[in-house]
Amino acid sequence: MARMTMIEAVRSAMDVSMGRDDDVVVFGEDVGYFGGVFRCTQGLQAKYGKTRCFDAPINESGILGTAIGMAAYGLKPCIEIQFADYMYPAYDQITQEAARIRYRSNGDFTCPIVVRMPTGGGIFGGQTHSQSPEALFTHVCGLKVIVPSNPYDAKGLLIAAIEDPDPVMFLEPKRLYNGPFDGHHEKPVTPWSKHDLGEVPEGHYTIPIGKAEVRRPGEAVTVVAYGTMVHVALAAAEETGIDAEVIDLRSLLPLDLDTIVQSVKKTGRCVVVHEATLTSGFGGEVAALVQEHCFYHLEAPIVRVTGWDTPYPHAQEWDYFPGPARVGRALKEVMEG
Amino acid sequence: MTDVPHLSLHVPEPAVRPGGQPDFSTVKIPKAGSVPRPPVDVAPEDVRDLAYSIIRVLNRDGEAVGPWAGLLSDEELLAGLRNMMKLRAFDARMLMAQRQGKTSFYMQHLGEEAVSCAFRKALVKGDMNFPTYRQAGLLIADDYPMVEMMNQIYSNEADPLRGRQLPIMYSSKEHGFFTISGNLATQYVQAVGWAMASAIKNDTKIAAAWIGDGSTAESDFHSALVFASTYKAPVILNIVNNQWAISTFQGIARGGSGTFAARGLGFGIPALRVDGNDYLAVYAVAKWAAERARQNLGPTLIEYVTYRVGAHSTSDDPSAYRPKTESEAWPLGDPVLRLKNHLIMRGIWSEERHVQSEAEILDEVIQAQKEAESHGTLHAGGKPSVRDIFEGVYAEMPAHIRRQRQKAGY
Repeated sequence: MARMTMIEAVRSAMDVSMGRDDDVVVFGEDVGYFGGVFRCTQGLQAKYGKTRCFDAPINESGILGTAIGMAAYGLKPCIEIQFADYMYPAYDQITQEAARIRYRSNGDFTCPIVVRMPTGGGIFGGQTHSQSPEALFTHVCGLKVIVPSNPYDAKGLLIAAIEDPDPVMFLEPKRLYNGPFDGHHEKPVTPWSKHDLGEVPEGHYTIPIGKAEVRRPGEAVTVVAYGTMVHVALAAAEETGIDAEVIDLRSLLPLDLDTIVQSVKKTGRCVVVHEATLTSGFGGEVAALVQEHCFYHLEAPIVRVTGWDTPYPHAQEWDYFPGPARVGRALKEVMEG
Repeated sequence: MTDVPHLSLHVPEPAVRPGGQPDFSTVKIPKAGSVPRPPVDVAPEDVRDLAYSIIRVLNRDGEAVGPWAGLLSDEELLAGLRNMMKLRAFDARMLMAQRQGKTSFYMQHLGEEAVSCAFRKALVKGDMNFPTYRQAGLLIADDYPMVEMMNQIYSNEADPLRGRQLPIMYSSKEHGFFTISGNLATQYVQAVGWAMASAIKNDTKIAAAWIGDGSTAESDFHSALVFASTYKAPVILNIVNNQWAISTFQGIARGGSGTFAARGLGFGIPALRVDGNDYLAVYAVAKWAAERARQNLGPTLIEYVTYRVGAHSTSDDPSAYRPKTESEAWPLGDPVLRLKNHLIMRGIWSEERHVQSEAEILDEVIQAQKEAESHGTLHAGGKPSVRDIFEGVYAEMPAHIRRQRQKAGY
C-alpha cells in the first residue's frame, strides 16, 4: 500500500496497465514529454517509449478518431482530453462512431477505448474549464460513464475501464485531484495522504464498473451523488446533523439501481446532487428511476441540488457551485416534506 | 470621406445547370502517358505538379502508354474487367430490387467502378480500408460473397449485421473492409489511427481512407491530414472526386483550391491526381502509394477524377440539378468500356466474349439474388429478431437494456 493523490492513482493505473499489456497506448495534448497539464501521465513516456505515450495535435476529433482506428486494429488506447470542456469537437466521433461500432458491425469490429477527461469546477476555470458534461454521455447508448470520487476508486476503476471491451468515458473531478474537497473553499483541503481512500495498492486491482458504494450509512434520507459532490454531501450531513445515507454512484452507466432503490426504500426520502446544470441533467434520470421503483416508499418529493442552468461563471464560482450549505438546505427541506 | 466599396459574397456556381449544354472545358486532360512516375521515396516538394495534373495510362486508342503502364498481367486485367462488370450488374439488380420495394435504399457505382475494383488489387490481405458508401468494388474484387451483400441490403434473416444498418453499409474485417458509418468523413481519421497502430506494433499492414469530394470540407478530413502528416502514418488517403455531392457541385467544397489533391501539399503529403476511369492508372497510382506506405515513407493523398453517372442514391433525381446529357459529355469516358477496348486491342478479349461474359455474370448475380431472397427481403419473408435490437450494444448486456428487452416482450 502507498499513499497517493488522485493524480498519482490515475497515473499508477495507466502504468500498471501499460506494464501488463503492450496494446495499451496513451496519448493526448501535452501528455507525452511533459506528462499532461495535470501531470497524470508524467513519466510514462520515459518508461514505455514515445510510441506508447505521446503528444497529440490540438485536435480532439482527431484524437478520438485515431483512437477508434487504433482500437479497430486491436490496441487499447487510453486517451486524454485535456478538459472535459474540450470534448465537443470529438462528440461526433464519440457518439456516432465509438459508441456504435460494435452494434452496427454486429461485433465484427469493437471499440475498447478509454477517454479520460478532467471534469467539474472549483478551480476558477470559468466556463471553458469547469463543465460537467456526463449527461451528454449517459444519453448515448453504447458508452460507459465513470466518475470516481477518490484515489482508491480512481485507480481500480481506470484499470477496469482499460480492460473493458467497450468505450468508457472516464471523468476525473479535477477539484479532487489533490484532496477530498467538500465545498468549503475558504478552508485548505485535507490532502489525500491523510485520508483512508488515499491508501492505494501499488499493483493491479480492479473495481467492477456498475457498482455504487455507500459512503455513509444513514436512516433519514438517501443522498445520491458522484465525484466531488460525494464529499460535499458528506459535509452537509455532518453539518446539519441529518442522518443521511450517502451513495457514491462511481459509475453512472451502467447504474447500480439496486443500491439506490434499497436505500430509498429504507429512508423514504431522496436528494440527488451534481455539479452539472439541472435541466436534462443526470439527476433527472435518477429522480425518474426512484419514483418508478420507490414511489410507494417516498414520504417527500425528490429534491435535486445542482449547478444553475447558466454557463459556469468565473467570479461567482462559489455562488454557482452547489456547496454544503445548499445541499444542507435541501436535506432540511426533504426532511420537512 | 473616401468611397469604400461595398462587399459582396461569392457563391460558386457550376458551369451549367439543367437545360444548358454540358461543358467540361475547364477539366484539363493531359495526354495519357505524359505524367512522369517518380520513385516512391521522392521528396513531397519535388512532386507538387502531380497534384494539378492527371495521371493516365489508357489513351484514346485503348493503348496502355507511359511510365505508369505495364504493371498488370493479362489475367489480372481480365479479372479487373470481370470485377467491374460484376459490380455494374450487381448495382443494376439491386437498384431494381429497391424500385420493387425489396429494400429501402440503394447507392450505385455507375461510372466509378474502376476506382474501388482496381484499388483493392493494390492492397494485400490484412490491410484495412475505411470506405464510404460507394466502394463496394473493394468487396467484389476481394471475392466477398455477393449473397452476403444482398442479405445485408435486404436486412433479412441472414443479414450479417442483423438488420441494424442501412442497406450497403457493409462490414467485413476478414476482407479488410471497416464497418461503414453512414456519417461522412468520420472514418477518414480512423484510417489514420489504424495505420498508426500498425506502425506502433511494427507490423507490415497499411490502411486506406476513403472520402468523396464534397466531404473533404468536413473537419475530420483536415484532422486526418494533420495526424497522417505528423506521424507519417502508413495510410493511403483517397478522395473520389465524382464531381457531385448529391446536388452540390464540387466547387462548393473545393473553394479556391485548384484541385482536391492540392489540399495535401500544405501538409507535406505527396498528392497525386489520377484518371479514375482508367483501371490501369488507378491500379498503378494505388500501388505506388501502397509501396510508399509499406516502406514506412508515410501517407499519400490520391484524387480520383471520375464522374457519378447515376443519382447520388435512390432518394434523388439528378435531372433536377444537372443537365441530363452531362454524363455523356464527361471527357474521361466509361471505365468498363475503356478496359474492354484495351483488352480487345491487346488481343485477349473480343466483343463476343464480352457479351458472353455479361450473360454469365448476370446469371451469377441472379443466382445470388435468388438465394438472398430465400432468406427474405425488407418487408417480406425472414427477418432479424426483435431481440437483435437489444443485443450487441455492449459486449455484456447491462441490466437496464435487459429490462427494456423484457418490456418489448423478448
